[in-house]
Amino acid sequence: MKKREHLENTAEQEALAAQLGESDTFIDKMKRMAADNKLAVFSAFVILFFLLLAVCAPLLTPYSFEDQDLLSRLSAPSAKHLLGTDELGRDVLTRLLYGARVSLAVGIIPTIASMVIGVLLGMISGYVGGIVDAVIMRLADVVLSFPSLLLAMVIMYTLGDGITSIFIALAITSWAGVARVIRSETLTLRETEYVEAARSMGVKDFTIILRHVFPNCIPSLIVLFTLDVPSAILSESALSFLGIGVQLPNSSWGLMVNMGRTYLYNAPWLSLVPSAAIMLVVLAFNFLGDGLRDVLDPHLKNS
Amino acid sequence: MDEMLLEIKHLKSYFFTRKGISPAVDDVSLQVPKGKIVGIVGESGCGKSMTAKSVMDLLKYPGRVADGEILLEGRDLTKLSEKEKRKVRGEDISMIFQEPMTSLNPVVKVGKQVREAILNHQKMDKAEAKKRVIEVFRQVGISEPEKRYECYPHELSGGLRQRVMIAMAMVCRPKLMIADEPTTALDVTIEAQILKLIKNLCDTTGMSCLLISHNLGVIAQMCDYVYVMYAGKVVEQGDVFTLFDHPQHPYTKGLLASIIHLDELPERLSTIPGVVPNLMHLPEGCAFCSRCSEAMECCKIKKPELHDLGDGHVIRCFLPAEREAAHE
Repeated sequence: MKKREHLENTAEQEALAAQLGESDTFIDKMKRMAADNKLAVFSAFVILFFLLLAVCAPLLTPYSFEDQDLLSRLSAPSAKHLLGTDELGRDVLTRLLYGARVSLAVGIIPTIASMVIGVLLGMISGYVGGIVDAVIMRLADVVLSFPSLLLAMVIMYTLGDGITSIFIALAITSWAGVARVIRSETLTLRETEYVEAARSMGVKDFTIILRHVFPNCIPSLIVLFTLDVPSAILSESALSFLGIGVQLPNSSWGLMVNMGRTYLYNAPWLSLVPSAAIMLVVLAFNFLGDGLRDVLDPHLKNS
Repeated sequence: MDEMLLEIKHLKSYFFTRKGISPAVDDVSLQVPKGKIVGIVGESGCGKSMTAKSVMDLLKYPGRVADGEILLEGRDLTKLSEKEKRKVRGEDISMIFQEPMTSLNPVVKVGKQVREAILNHQKMDKAEAKKRVIEVFRQVGISEPEKRYECYPHELSGGLRQRVMIAMAMVCRPKLMIADEPTTALDVTIEAQILKLIKNLCDTTGMSCLLISHNLGVIAQMCDYVYVMYAGKVVEQGDVFTLFDHPQHPYTKGLLASIIHLDELPERLSTIPGVVPNLMHLPEGCAFCSRCSEAMECCKIKKPELHDLGDGHVIRCFLPAEREAAHE
């Protein structure tokens, strides 16, 4: 009841704002997030920063990611090599920058692909129901019942090495979770009165899904996205560790962590630097996701 | 006799559950004349909403129309294809719901939602459609329609939201509007405004309205004809004056007796004893028998049929026949 009063109250405030001609646009919402949630803004800048580093990698370092300097193997951070060198004398900073390209791409592209698949199948499954639902969900169960790494390995072996194969493998292993969440959202939304009202207006099922079901799934999608990007980054590291992901001399953060593992005692920066990078990006995605959900979800508005 | 817009003949809508068949609407016949407001009244679970949803074909699994005809200007809606039904919904018949709070999509601007209702049925460009929406907003008494067009549902009060819902129902100029307890969720002053609006719209546009309510006061104020439902059946029907002045069925009498009159407050409020029987296990005789103050022996054995009292006043009860027999 208290919550309701509160909502009424904010609704009145908003109605007042609307009367004064202040409508709430996307930019306004972003401004509000900027004002309310400094952490989310900071996280956005962290992500942007890493994206910039990845894009500008060749401009930022004099070395190439495969230049070896066997005389200064495993050297500690110095003016010449800001973050030291690895077991073959390659500059760690350079490899970190190039690794950001792979890790960010692997985090974002397969996640988007898996979300497209998951959202489509999830909405169809939840809205249509019956046998279609059963078939799609059993398919999702099959995918989820395999250890995802094992499934990814099978796909990688079938498709061969290469970054595209990683994309495909990760997309195939992670759509099922998205589909399940979106299906359950759709099941709830399908029963809402505004969907019934739309049906009573003779609106087509396709339009109902597009107009009324999908937009209400967006908050969950944002949260899912921010959780799936880090897990994709981590999966790529695991694949690279097993020798079927990114291949040397190319670089990725996961690969760097795993190569540095052997020298953890003598040259801890080899593992610690890419680990810190992974942690920063993963946390940044999570904080940004929380912040976005808070402002984009109308149910949570102003609460 | 008025020209009929909607005729429901022997409609049976059942829920086919695993435990058995639940006859939520059992052999209901009902007529809505052109330009009139017809009310269905009854307590919760008597089949009022189910009747309305049957007309719209919005019943949810496991419910469905098992038998009967629903004629809109002579066309049987139950026999239409899905595509034709979609055309009827919204264009010929539209519906407003009980909860204006949840009947609007929270993430879409209200103007857009109403505009969608037009674009769905008519080929019109967006600017033209917007003009029409604003025109209807004005018609349903929304102040500053241009500004409201850009509002999200949570920015509007309950009364305004219900007006938006009515606008959405009106926008394609339907022949029939089904109002399923349109004011239950609103407070009394807003209720009066909304009812007045619906009545005005019917008078000015010649639209018919099927008004569903459990509130006898609302029905008395609004309707031309009234159907009283109990346990899935129509138990009494007639024009509003006959029915309220001379109720014949014990159930209708009971309902009217339980209205509180402010000038003569009784010590205890009058009620109808007992509860509605479970639809799955209806008694052999009259469904109201166990609660009826005038129940007779025959009520327990036989189901009463409709008995015509003349002037369209019909009741489902043995009493009039008994009385006639006693006279002779």
